[in-house]
Amino acid sequence: MLILTRKKDEAILIGKNVRVVVIDVKGDQVRLGIVAPKKVEVYREEIYHAIKQENTCAVFPTTGDLTHVPSLDPKLKEKKN
Amino acid sequence: MKINTASFGEIEVDDKQQIYFPAGIIGFEPYKNYVLLDSEKEHFYILQSLDQVKNSFILINPYLVRSDYVLEILDADLAEIGCDDPQKLLVFSIVTLPNDITKISCNLLGPILINKKNLLGRQSISLGNWQTKHFFFEKMAQSNKV
Repeated sequence: MLILTRKKDEAILIGKNVRVVVIDVKGDQVRLGIVAPKKVEVYREEIYHAIKQENTCAVFPTTGDLTHVPSLDPKLKEKKN
Repeated sequence: MKINTASFGEIEVDDKQQIYFPAGIIGFEPYKNYVLLDSEKEHFYILQSLDQVKNSFILINPYLVRSDYVLEILDADLAEIGCDDPQKLLVFSIVTLPNDITKISCNLLGPILINKKNLLGRQSISLGNWQTKHFFFEKMAQSNKV
């Protein structure tokens, strides 16, 4: 792994088209600004892993049987969680 | 064409039900060919892998379980499936159905997008603050009797 030291407002170029700027540093938090072409996907890593884990829980045959599930009624009030 | 499915055995499907996921589904990247099927339950659909018969996902329209759901995604997600108008997309959520039905949930953070025009699909990652487990048993017809 390449390790670089940057100060606030300094940047790193990844290739010619992706620029990562250190916006702010406060304690153990770093705010980064990312300038990249629209085609480049930029995500928080833990979100990607959360989705991967959920997909693994959701794939048949780990998932239960739909035939025993009550019908969905879109008119019923929903919980906002 | 005839295909093998995990839930229904061998069935006949129309070419229009075949969806190609260029990037696969997150965590299942090698499998790119799927068919979209109606399930035996209204409002639920099955996304069956053609490459791996035992892999299938239950899908639901997220707006049915969360009326204020908003699709917030990167342009890269739309570009990947050749879509210039999000209005023309089919949007689904993958359902997680544990043995305890009351814990049924759907993944609002990783919506499945399907471009109806070219039958390309993609699992995107929402930029909004949605959850991978949105529990929705209270939307099930019998839930108030339990």
